[in-house]
Amino acid sequence: MNPLTGYLLVAALLFATGLAGALTRRNAILVLIGIELMLNAANLNLIAFWRYGPHPEALTGFLFAIFSIAVAAAEAAVGLGLVISIYRHLRTTDLDAMNRMKG
Amino acid sequence: MTPVFYILAILTLAGGLAAVTLKNTVHCALALTVAFAGLALFFLQLDAQFAGFAQILIYIGAVAILVVFAILLTRSSEAEASGGILSRHWLAGLIIAAAVFAVLGWAILRGAQALPQESAVPAVTVHQIGTALMGRYVLPLEIVALLLTSALIGAVIVAMHEKESAK
Amino acid sequence: MQEQILSTAPQAASSIAQWLWLIPAAPIVAAGIAALLKQPRRRLASGLAIGSLSFSLLLSLIAFGHNVSAWAANAPTREVVNFTWIEVGSQSVDLGWVLDPLSAIMLVMVSFVGLLIFIYSIGYMEHDENFTRFFCFLSLFAGAMLGVVIANSLLLLFMCWEIVGLTSYLLIGFWYQKPSAAAAARKAFVTTRVGDIFFLLGMVWLFAQTGTLLFYNNGAGSLESGALANLLAHPAAFGLTAAGAIGLLIFCGAVGKSGQLPLHVWLPDAMEGPTPVSALIHAATMVAAGVYLIARVYPLMQTGAVFQGLALGSTPALTVVTWVGAITAVFAALIAVAQDDIKRILAYSTVSQLGYMMAGLGMGGVAVGMFHLITHAFFKALLFLGAGSVIHGTHEEQDIRRMGGLRADMPVTFATYGVGMLALCGFPLLFSGFWSKDGILEAAKLWTVTRTPFYLLVFGALLTAFYMTRQVAYVFFGYWRGHKPAHESPRVMTTPLAILAFFSIVLGFIGTPAWPWFQRFLTNPTAGTETLGSHEPGLLLLMTTSSLVVLAGIGLAWRIYGGRSPSPEEPDALEQSARPIWLVLRGKFFVDELYGATVIAFFWWWGRVADWLDRRVWGGAVAAVTWAFAGWARLNRFLDTYWVDGAFDKGCEELSSGGGLLSRVQTGRVQSYLRLLALGVIVLAVILFWSSHA
Repeated sequence: MNPLTGYLLVAALLFATGLAGALTRRNAILVLIGIELMLNAANLNLIAFWRYGPHPEALTGFLFAIFSIAVAAAEAAVGLGLVISIYRHLRTTDLDAMNRMKG
Repeated sequence: MTPVFYILAILTLAGGLAAVTLKNTVHCALALTVAFAGLALFFLQLDAQFAGFAQILIYIGAVAILVVFAILLTRSSEAEASGGILSRHWLAGLIIAAAVFAVLGWAILRGAQALPQESAVPAVTVHQIGTALMGRYVLPLEIVALLLTSALIGAVIVAMHEKESAK
Repeated sequence: MQEQILSTAPQAASSIAQWLWLIPAAPIVAAGIAALLKQPRRRLASGLAIGSLSFSLLLSLIAFGHNVSAWAANAPTREVVNFTWIEVGSQSVDLGWVLDPLSAIMLVMVSFVGLLIFIYSIGYMEHDENFTRFFCFLSLFAGAMLGVVIANSLLLLFMCWEIVGLTSYLLIGFWYQKPSAAAAARKAFVTTRVGDIFFLLGMVWLFAQTGTLLFYNNGAGSLESGALANLLAHPAAFGLTAAGAIGLLIFCGAVGKSGQLPLHVWLPDAMEGPTPVSALIHAATMVAAGVYLIARVYPLMQTGAVFQGLALGSTPALTVVTWVGAITAVFAALIAVAQDDIKRILAYSTVSQLGYMMAGLGMGGVAVGMFHLITHAFFKALLFLGAGSVIHGTHEEQDIRRMGGLRADMPVTFATYGVGMLALCGFPLLFSGFWSKDGILEAAKLWTVTRTPFYLLVFGALLTAFYMTRQVAYVFFGYWRGHKPAHESPRVMTTPLAILAFFSIVLGFIGTPAWPWFQRFLTNPTAGTETLGSHEPGLLLLMTTSSLVVLAGIGLAWRIYGGRSPSPEEPDALEQSARPIWLVLRGKFFVDELYGATVIAFFWWWGRVADWLDRRVWGGAVAAVTWAFAGWARLNRFLDTYWVDGAFDKGCEELSSGGGLLSRVQTGRVQSYLRLLALGVIVLAVILFWSSHA
């Protein structure tokens, strides 16, 4: 088996795990955790492809992953800020209770 | 595949699994950190040293801490057992996640023969990274800077105490 | 007297011939204006009628004078103006008018007698409230009759003929509130219609055979030699040629209009109309139209004789005409003997005299028949107007058994009536009727086929003298049997009587054998040719014989009725002696009853059959269609309510419930959105892989 294949599989598995967490847990913060996992899996994919793909000296995949990290950090900050803000109003982080946008 | 790879894989996956399945949210955050660490090691394995260290610095050093903060700030007398940890229709979500993995796995295995084998180790110096950032990728850099600034401001605004509502 | 078949030389018509159409047009226009007037405008209506007819008379006199001068100058006397009315492809229907001696004489007679009767009517209809309507109809009649006279096309003649029939109906039924008058009008119209159907058939046949309905058209007309030869060559049924058959069909129309034997039943009943109507229409002009028609198409009727060199009046068509005329003459005279209504006697007398005219035409030719027509017009109109004067003077009494002794009370009427009566009887030498009737008797004596009509006509003359004397004795002699005393009529009524009496005497002198101007004018194309075989030795014997017959008739009647005045309840003198014959005569030979039992009964039965057909068969069919349609409509409504509406409602329901269902996707919860998103991604990925894989 190709080493690249191995990395890709691991990344896929990690992605699926993160997705499962995002889709099944009740707590809003855990959904965000799941999202972070997904993003990380994608980063792994990118680096793996950079390493084993053509023209690694162009640093495309590498820098893509760097930027992805930066964006993920920003997004985590905003997202958690939102969760805190909601918690102040609803006194809960239960996603099932947040259905004001229903209908 | 080297044994290092397997160990790192097991570590990362275990951490990820723990992060989404544990009941205590703080434990989840800590497991997440383990998963981040595993990924950083993966990056090092893949000769992306800068990415690995950036991962440690940013993810473990900032994002994980942030998550812990958020958890601690949104605790509600530990009555998180009200209604369980799983949301409504959690099984559908699980199945969907499994389906996604199935599709991805199938795509990977299908295209396995087309994927490249071993290739030479790229020599990546920080100098090169810097040059690339400031040269070819200066625009994304500036945009990310802008993004970070707005995220900062946005987060502050969103989470800011309002004098009336705090009471 | 052989009449030649004329062919008109092509020439431009003179100016009077060009304007000839004004003669009928003026009274018709007057009628049109009078139709729009309100009832109180009597002066205007009568003024219009009399003015227009005077104008027509003036033009007629000018035309007559022009024609006479042409005749005297040996110029062609027939002028024709034709025009195309309808053109269909290559066929065209032409109309036109003709000015020749025949039409010139008739124009003068119709307009003159008509004018006198119009003037008379002013007095007679004075107390009638429908004065204006009367004059409107009279004018229309006069115009149509003048149209018949000048028509050069059988179609135009027929159209005017029908208008004449219409006005006759309108005038007979003038007092339409009286049921008997309305019934009489209907009877007149329907009976003449029967004749007109055959007339129409003959007309159509003529058109089909010769391709034209014009009489004279520079050699191409239907009465000119080319067409007549063509007609003679085609055989029809019963051994007749086409010419004979068409002639007989046209004669049927004349039988209806002139009240000859099978179709005479309407004329006596037509006395329901006002007396001026009887005088104008049923004595002088309309009934004469039938005789005029035969005179007009005479070349057609005698084609066989001329082309095959036979004797005059021996073609099958003319033989039929003669026999019908002779039989009618005697038949009607017999009935007149036993009537008690003053106008009815005159009506049957008219039928009888028309029979004489037809017989004269058949045996003697156009001149003989037309001479009697002209003289008869004057003295019969005189008699009718006189009868009207009597009725007016005796306060609407019409039964002669309730009159009497009017000689003293109504002297002018008596004098003029006497003149008319003697003219009708044919009193020798002085009166016009003698000369005209003698012409007919002479032609009958010389007829080559058989002598029987001669004897019949002589017997008829005897009867004529008899019943006229009976009537005069009842009305003017004896003593008065009425209720109120009688009085003389006003001047406006007696003056026309006097004028007509004058002409009843004078007109005879233009046709005597000593100076047969009339006959020459009519039959000879120019004045120079003399083809009249006059001064035969038999002529004097004939004149003596007819005079004796007339005197015998008068004497016989005077012996029975003169001086005596039986009351109405007593039976008539003749009745006492020969009661069964009297009853048959009085019952008019029961012809009306016969028709009622056969023809009328058949039509009632047919009406019932048609009604049954209409209600059951056609009505049933209509009802079935209606029922089918109603059922169809109901089915449609059912389908509409349950299927269409149901389907539509169902569809809408589905839509809204589907919308309700779909809105459930909007849970407001993030995770469910996420799930859907992931699901969508999977589906997309699968599709992409599959399509690229394939």
